[in-house]
Amino acid sequence: MIAVMKEMKPRLHPLKYVMWIGLVSIIMIFAGLSSAYIVKSNQANWLTYKLPLIFWYSTGAILISSITIFLSRRAFVNRKMDRYKLWLSITTILGILFVFLQYWGFKELWASGVTLTRNVSFSFLYVIVGLHALHVLGGVVALVILVIQSYRKHTKVYTTLSIDLMSTYWHFVDILWLYLFFFLLMMG
Amino acid sequence: MNHEEVLHEQPLVVHDLGHEAHDHHHKQSFITHYIFSQDHKMISHQFLVTGIIWAVIGGLFSVLFRLQLGYPDQAFPFLEDILGRWAKGGRLDQEFYYALVTMHGTILVFFVLTAGLSGTFSNFLIPLQVGARDMASPFLNMLSYWFFFSASVVMFSSLFVQTGPASGGWTIYPPLSALRDAMDGSKTGMDLWLISIALFIVSTLLGGLNYIVTILNMRTKGMFMTRLPLTIWSFFFTAVLGVLTFPVLLSAVVLLLFDRHLGTSFYLSDIFIQGKILPNEGGSPILFQHLFWFLGHPEVYIIALPAMGITSEVISTNSRKPIFGYMAMVGSFFAIATLSCLVWAHHMFVTGMNPFLGSVFVLFTLLIAVPSAIKVFNWLTTLWKGNIIFTPAMLFAIGFVSLFISGGLTGIWLGNSALDMHLHDTYFVIAHFHLVMGVASMFGMFAGIYHWFPKMFGRFMNNTLAYLHFWITMIGAYLIFWPMHYEGLAGMPRRYYDFSNWESFKQFEGLNQFISIVAIIVFFTQFLFIFNFFYSIFKGRKVTEANKNPWHSTTLEWTTPAHPGHGNWIGEIPEVHRWAYDYSKDGRDFIPQTEPIGENESPH
Repeated sequence: MIAVMKEMKPRLHPLKYVMWIGLVSIIMIFAGLSSAYIVKSNQANWLTYKLPLIFWYSTGAILISSITIFLSRRAFVNRKMDRYKLWLSITTILGILFVFLQYWGFKELWASGVTLTRNVSFSFLYVIVGLHALHVLGGVVALVILVIQSYRKHTKVYTTLSIDLMSTYWHFVDILWLYLFFFLLMMG
Repeated sequence: MNHEEVLHEQPLVVHDLGHEAHDHHHKQSFITHYIFSQDHKMISHQFLVTGIIWAVIGGLFSVLFRLQLGYPDQAFPFLEDILGRWAKGGRLDQEFYYALVTMHGTILVFFVLTAGLSGTFSNFLIPLQVGARDMASPFLNMLSYWFFFSASVVMFSSLFVQTGPASGGWTIYPPLSALRDAMDGSKTGMDLWLISIALFIVSTLLGGLNYIVTILNMRTKGMFMTRLPLTIWSFFFTAVLGVLTFPVLLSAVVLLLFDRHLGTSFYLSDIFIQGKILPNEGGSPILFQHLFWFLGHPEVYIIALPAMGITSEVISTNSRKPIFGYMAMVGSFFAIATLSCLVWAHHMFVTGMNPFLGSVFVLFTLLIAVPSAIKVFNWLTTLWKGNIIFTPAMLFAIGFVSLFISGGLTGIWLGNSALDMHLHDTYFVIAHFHLVMGVASMFGMFAGIYHWFPKMFGRFMNNTLAYLHFWITMIGAYLIFWPMHYEGLAGMPRRYYDFSNWESFKQFEGLNQFISIVAIIVFFTQFLFIFNFFYSIFKGRKVTEANKNPWHSTTLEWTTPAHPGHGNWIGEIPEVHRWAYDYSKDGRDFIPQTEPIGENESPH
C-alpha cells in the first residue's frame, strides 16, 4: 500500500485518515448526548447546577497540555530528542492531572448535593463529563506507551507517525472538552 | 495488451510490502493464517462463516415461533426435548416466545445482515476492486472481526442464562428493558444484550473506518472515484452511515446501562411496578426512541446498500451491458444515505409526536422513494435487451430487484403518518420490512456469495443445488410475506403470542398455518445452500488459471491469480484505464479495467 502511495502524489497517511474519521465517530457520540441534553432541558423537572471551580483548573491543565504536546512534536521534528521526551512526559502528567481534577470536581459536586441520581440534569452531567474523561484516559494510556518507547535505548523511532497521531487525538480531546465545558456552562 | 501482461511484464519494483505480496513463498502458521489473520480475504471468510452460523440460529428461532403462531392450540413434545422448561408440555413459554422474537430480530439485523453482509463483502471486495494490497490498517481490521466475535460469544451466551435472553423486542425500548423487575428477559439477558451490542458497535466502527480510508486513500493508479465499481460506492456509503450513526446508539446504550444499574432516570419516570412506586422521575422513554432510531433507520440502509451494490454489479455483468446511469446510481446512493439520517421519527408517529413535526418526517420519508425508484429503473433498463446469462447469482440479483419493488411500495404507505395510525405495529409492517430489507438483502448476500465464491475459495459451487435454492426461496418468500399484508390491513398486531382469542383474527387461522408451513420449508431449503457452500469449499470444481475470470468480468479482482495470497497481486498492482462497465463495446464482449483506451475506441 505504501508502495502505491509513493508512486502517486503524496496523500495523507492511511492511519491518519483512520484517526480523523474515528474522531468524527467520537463527535457523533457527544452530538447524540448533547442533543438529548438540549431536548431534556426543555422539559419539566430539570434542575440547574453550578459547575465546580475545579473544572476551570482542569480546563487550564488540558489547555496547557495541548501546548506541551505541540512543543513535544516540534522537538521531535527537529530531532531534539531530550526535549521531546521532556515535553511528552509533561503532557502525560498533565493528562493524568486532568483526570484527577475531574474526579475531584465530581467529589465536590457530590458533596454539594449534585448527586448522580437526584435529577436527570445531574445524571447527564456525570455521564457526559465521565465519557470525556474516559477518552482522555485512553489518550493517557497511549501517551504512557509513547513515553516508554522514547526512553528505550535499542529501538529508535524516526517516523513522526506516532507523535502525529498522538497530538491529533490529544488536541481533539482538548477541543472536545472546551466544547463540553462551555456547553455545560451555558446550558447548566 | 491483456491483463496477464500487466501482471508480469515489469520486474518487481521495490516496495515496503514486498514480503507480504509473496506470502505463498513462505508458510504461515495455522494461527496467523486462519485465526488471527490480517489478510482481508481471510477476515471476510471469518465474517461470512460466523454470519452463516448466526443466520441458521436466527432462522431456527423464526421456525420455533412460527410453530406457535401457526398452531397455537397444539403441543409439540419435541420442543420440550430441546428447550426444556421454556416449552413445558411441548408448548412455547410465553416469555420465551418474546425472547425468540427479540433474538430473531437482533441476530438477523445486526449479526447476519450487518456483519455478515457488509463485513464479508466490504472486506473481500474493497481492496480487490480498488486495487490495494490490503486494508488501510490490517490490524484494526483483524480487531474488527474479533470484536464481532466477542459480541457473538456474549450474545450467544445470553441464550443459556437462567432467566433467558433479552425479550423486549430488538428495539429494546425502555422502560421494559430498563427495569430488571419488568420481566425475566430484562434481567441478565438484557445486560448481556447491551454488552454484546456495545462490542458490536466497536467492531462496526473499526471496520467502517478501514473501509472509508481504503476507498478514499488507497485506490490504485488510474482508479478515480468515478471509475469505481458500484459495489465499492455502496460499501462506502454503508461505512459512512455506520460511522455516523452507530456512535449514537452507543450513547443510548450507555444511558440505558446507567438507568439499569446506577439508579439514574434518563428514560424512566412515574413508574408503578409490582405494587411499588419507583423513585425514578423526570426521564423520557421517547428520548431513547429518538436516539435508537437515529441509528435504527440508517441501519436498514446499512443493510440494504451493500445488497444494492452487489446487485448492480451482478446484473451488469450478467446482462453483458454497462450499468444504466452510473452517475445516477452514485447520486442515488448519496441521496439515500443522506435522507436516511433525516427520517428516523417515522418510526415514532404514534408516540404522541407533534403532527406538524410528523409531516416533515413524512416528506423526507416519501422523498426516499425518488432515489429508490431511480435505482430500480436503472436495474431494469440494464436488464432491458441485455444478453442475460441466468447464473444463480443473476437470479438472486433479479430476485432482489423484485423483492425491493414489492417491499418498497408498501414503504410509501407506511411513511404516511395518517395511515401509520392504523398500520403501526401490525403484520403489514412485518411484511414490508421483511421483503424490502430482510429477504431482499439476504438475496443480495446470496447473489454476492454465488458470484464471488470462485474468487473467495478458488472453487465453483454446484449450480443445480443453487437453482433449487433460488426458486424455493423466491417463491417461499412471497408466499410467507404476501399474505401478511392482508393480516396487517385487518389490524393484526405484531409480537402477539396467540391470536385465537380474538374474534376478528380467527379468520386468519388457516393463513397463519400456511405461512408457518412455508416458513419451515424455506428454512430447511437453506440447508441446500449451506451444504453446497461448505461442500464446494473443499470439493468443488477448481478454478484454474485459464478460467480465473469465469463470469468475464471487467473488474480488478479477477486480474489477481486464481488463488491470490496475502497482498493480492504478484508484482505490481495493475493500473486502471477505464470505468468498470465496458461490456459489449466496439464488438468486444468485455474490456477489463486494466486495458488502456484504444485509439479508435468509442466513448462509453
